[in-house]
Amino acid sequence: MDLTYTDEEEAFRAGLRDWLSLVLPELPAKPSPQDWPGRRAYDTAWQRLLYDAGYGEVHWDASPTQRLIFLEETEKAGAPYVGANFVGLLHAGPTIASEGTPEQRDRWLPPVLRGDEVWCQGFSEPDAGSDLASLRTRAWRDGDHYVVSGSKIWTSHAEVADWCELLVRTALVSEAVPKHRGITWLAMPMDAPGITVRPLRTLAGSTEFAEMFLDDVRVPVANRVGEENDGWRVTMVTLSYERGTAFVGEVVACRRVLGELAREARGNGRWGDPALRRRLGRLSAEFSALWRLTQWNVSEAQRTGGVPGVGGSVFKLRYSHARQELYDAAAEVLGAGSLDLAHEWTLDRLSSLSYTIAAGTSQIQQNIVAERILGLPKGR
Amino acid sequence: MDFQLDDDQRALRAGMRQLLEGRFSLRDATDRLDRALWRELGEAGFFSLALPEAEGGVGLGLPEAVLVFEEAGRVLLPGPAVATFLAAGVVPGAATGEAVVTAVDGALVPWLDEADVVQGEAAGAVPLRSVDPLTPLHRVPDAGGLDRGALLYAAEQLGSAVRTCETAVQYARRRKQFGQPIGAFQAVKHLCAQMLVRAELARAAVYAAAVTGDRLDASAAKLLADDAAVRNARDCLQVHGGMGFTWESDVHLHLKRAWVRAELGRSARAAEEELAEALIEAP
Ligand SMILES: Cc1cc2nc3c(=O)[nH]c(=O)nc-3n(C[C@H](O)[C@H](O)[C@H](O)COP(=O)(O)OP(=O)(O)OC[C@H]3O[C@@H](n4cnc5c(N)ncnc54)[C@H](O)[C@@H]3O)c2cc1C
Repeated sequence: MDLTYTDEEEAFRAGLRDWLSLVLPELPAKPSPQDWPGRRAYDTAWQRLLYDAGYGEVHWDASPTQRLIFLEETEKAGAPYVGANFVGLLHAGPTIASEGTPEQRDRWLPPVLRGDEVWCQGFSEPDAGSDLASLRTRAWRDGDHYVVSGSKIWTSHAEVADWCELLVRTALVSEAVPKHRGITWLAMPMDAPGITVRPLRTLAGSTEFAEMFLDDVRVPVANRVGEENDGWRVTMVTLSYERGTAFVGEVVACRRVLGELAREARGNGRWGDPALRRRLGRLSAEFSALWRLTQWNVSEAQRTGGVPGVGGSVFKLRYSHARQELYDAAAEVLGAGSLDLAHEWTLDRLSSLSYTIAAGTSQIQQNIVAERILGLPKGR
Repeated sequence: MDFQLDDDQRALRAGMRQLLEGRFSLRDATDRLDRALWRELGEAGFFSLALPEAEGGVGLGLPEAVLVFEEAGRVLLPGPAVATFLAAGVVPGAATGEAVVTAVDGALVPWLDEADVVQGEAAGAVPLRSVDPLTPLHRVPDAGGLDRGALLYAAEQLGSAVRTCETAVQYARRRKQFGQPIGAFQAVKHLCAQMLVRAELARAAVYAAAVTGDRLDASAAKLLADDAAVRNARDCLQVHGGMGFTWESDVHLHLKRAWVRAELGRSARAAEEELAEALIEAP
């Protein structure tokens, strides 16, 4: 057991710190969380800066430990998060890198790394959320194209995306074809005719996700990643990246916020309340342990050299609830001020409510932990 | 950074598990200390593990100590193991398990009547009817306490939390109701999943605190491990239904010991206040 970093890793950290201290003061102000075109421009410009400095590929080519250092240092320095580049960098990209053909990798990966192209994730449907494999969006073969019809929902930043990692049904469910078979993973260009994107308003007031209606959209067969009807396996690769690595930097941010809460409470007199102090003390223990758990999972991935394991579900379960508890504590610190949307913590409190839902609800994560880690029998 | 057990640590853990499982049975345990077992543990290096080799020890560190205490916690080994371990090299005979050492810890002294040496001020100690049938307790009027063994108690709590999780899962696979194993029911599955989450979070905290040797890390570890041990024992009891409420099942012993350890070596209140204070000081 060792928590020290190698000389090489420390050199990477030092180089990154130096670079961040040079570029961050020059960055323009962040656009408002409601302004997705503004955020796309901002986030892709940041990705371009990273790319030009040689950090573009850090999510894919670096060792898991280097990736951890990258997320830790960028968060500590207050650098922008992946934002609109989330899907491209953190799950579509890694999926194409591991499952795509050489031509597909050449076509799609460089633009993601340079911040030229933004991806979204078209998995969920109105009747297929937790039960993702029951999705119904249909694709017929017509020569060298698939013709896609159906609808998707909760597609984050669909409004500003260039590509969509899309799950479609290419074989009808029957006795011969169970629902997990018959699914295919496609890269759909968002400017293809027949796509209608209708933004949905979140409870935080923003339009960060959307409904998508697909009406005879033609997608080249060459855009299929993996085999026809074998998309569920490819999807599992995607989801393990989504749960395995997506929240690492945020734990660092939460630890920083916790310190800010304590100092705010001392400033406004609430620190005298022992119940509040004890609550913050316990959250401090939780977030440091979540950070240690991250280091544990990263070390394991580094040893096995594989895709992040189901351990990601253990982390996600606790983290998503701890984040909500953190911002509830923030509301207690702020008192009536917590009802003011102008306060960053109020918006963060609202958005924290999605953490136990997005990327698989807590109930679904518990099923995964119980069945795949603890080996309990599958429910009927 | 390689925050995983190395081969020697795995071997140490496996060896200690084998020794304890072969030699100790919770079924036969009483509130009398098994001195022969104590000496066997001493011979196996349990108490002297962290002493330098020149002093007859094994020269290992806190991470290894935490691993063997986790094993002790798994089987609910009775006896003042933490105090004896901390006394090795200071109290003659502690390292070899010849001397049984206890200490005043917070307001409590475990195993006072059985101990050869008591560290701290135990004058005026009154016996309690201990809730844990395997841990005799005395209460000391307004004692400050030593507060040194927090991380080792945390490691024991971790072992207990992991064990009750495993026990619940085994039972849930075997016990059938409504024509299927109860583990196929989500309500049961979700209890088990939460047990694993608590245990794994506590493990990360305990192991990290052992590596850093930092006092605040130890407080965080104690806090989370107490929580994992107590709540996992309760959930394990729930998964066992009526069986869980019987004296014959081991579940209640895990819960009662977890309650006792939660009061020893840094209480939740103290740990939380300490961690909160540090938040203010942090830059
Ligand atoms: C902010 C946000 C962003 C998102 N972004 C995207 C995106 O970019 N792309 C995308 O494809 N999707 C996205 N999603 C969708 C997300 O993955 C789904 O919302 C999620 O998987 C849950 O599906 P659902 O909303 O249909 O809820 P349902 O599946 O209808 O679930 C409703 C409730 O029932 C429970 N439930 C359902 N099934 C079970 C079961 N078997 N056992 C126990 N409880 C169960 C759930 O836990 C939940 O509490 C996003 C969601 C949010 C909130």
